[in-house]
Amino acid sequence: MIEALVELSSRDALTGLANRRAFELALAREVDRVARSGESALLLTLDIDHFKRVNDTWGHVAGDQVIRAVASALIDSVRPMDLVARVGGEEFAIILPNCGAAFGETVAERVRRRVERMPVAVTAAPGSAPLAQLHPLPAVATAVAATSAAAVPLAAPQMTVTVTVSIGGAFAPQWVRSTPSLWQERADKQLYLAKTQGRNLVRLEPTAVSVVSNEEKRLLFETFQIQDHE
Amino acid sequence: MNATPTSASSRIMAVTSGKGGVGKTFISANLAAALARAGRRVLVLDADLGLANLDVVLNLFPKITLHDVFTGKSSLQDAILPAPGGFSVLLAGSGMVEYSRMTPEVREHLQRVIAEVEPKFDHVLLDTGAGISDVVLYTVSLAGEVLVVATPEPTSLTDAYATIKVLATTQGRRKVQLVVNQTRKMGEGRAVRQQLQQVVDRYVNPNLDSPVRLELLGDVPADSAVRESVQRRQLLLQATPGAPAALALVAIAGRITG
Repeated sequence: MIEALVELSSRDALTGLANRRAFELALAREVDRVARSGESALLLTLDIDHFKRVNDTWGHVAGDQVIRAVASALIDSVRPMDLVARVGGEEFAIILPNCGAAFGETVAERVRRRVERMPVAVTAAPGSAPLAQLHPLPAVATAVAATSAAAVPLAAPQMTVTVTVSIGGAFAPQWVRSTPSLWQERADKQLYLAKTQGRNLVRLEPTAVSVVSNEEKRLLFETFQIQDHE
Repeated sequence: MNATPTSASSRIMAVTSGKGGVGKTFISANLAAALARAGRRVLVLDADLGLANLDVVLNLFPKITLHDVFTGKSSLQDAILPAPGGFSVLLAGSGMVEYSRMTPEVREHLQRVIAEVEPKFDHVLLDTGAGISDVVLYTVSLAGEVLVVATPEPTSLTDAYATIKVLATTQGRRKVQLVVNQTRKMGEGRAVRQQLQQVVDRYVNPNLDSPVRLELLGDVPADSAVRESVQRRQLLLQATPGAPAALALVAIAGRITG
């Protein structure tokens, strides 16, 4: 009974994924584990691209179908030990314990491609926008009509759509007791970059932050020499 | 975002530099002596576990080191030794090469040792190794305050900047104190701080929720007396207490004690 309640309170009702609360608990545990073991761990944060347009165009039933489909694509593209969570409306997060820096890009790309290539059957709400208007939407790479809205105006048209996700990621600093919020901010920062740089992209925080670029060096020395001659 | 990522006490200060050979251990030891002279109880922990040299700087030949504490051969109390200059030291000694890589054991040992000594002193200085290794980063994460030692040399500036960047991005560090060693003219420390701050503002701070602030604790002028004291393996504050560099270190200690 208690087990069932705990299960209920930690699961997202729509997708069956871990919910935000369960995610936050798991993230805090992982920060602690990483600090103790020195293993590396990756946090991915994901967001369905142009999800609002999916909802606005076909209604929220279709929106829910898309969210469920993305959820199962995420589960299918990571290891059983990884925690996939729905942390907001169209926002997801994946905690990947013991994921080395060398594999981050590979796994995040795998997730992105899996979603991109997955056809999602949706039921458009009656009276939703006709197909012709759907094509320019970036959220829909292909929209294949099973039933023409014009031919059967009142029936809910079935169609297959595809959606994409933007993915941001950051590794937990090994050995260091960081905070869950700092880790999440770093991943979110990368997600923001993936969004602004065109969506359907993976952006991972560079692991070698200790590298100083030539631009940085130039600024570091140039002005210094100017001050030198003052 | 809080100034430090950990609940680490502000009495614990990590002294780090990125580049080696900029006078990190010299500053740690003499700053400790200056703080002790101001009536503070000070401990310097040689956290450069792989390549310790605080014992060399202080001309000590310890029979008991951190190694003995880590292996349980000695109590922590017995390993805390009095140093010339009126402060205490925990020396790594040689033979700690096996600790130059971070392992769960080293991590637990260091954390335990620091937690145990912290209540007994007013200031605990963690003299880290050179570089930005996981050992250095871990050691810094145990400290409430971080002091970066740099010289006006381009290589030192670059490494100091890289260190600050890593601490800000991976540990949420927002306040970094700076001592500029071996300055050759008035105001050089201020120029170095401004320079580092400018690059941090341009390349690091835009990615952070709140900006990293560099605070200049002071300059230590290039001074022939420093070289002489190091050669004689004496503290500058004892060998030549009136030297410009010694006076600068006393002033820095004054800024730390407020």
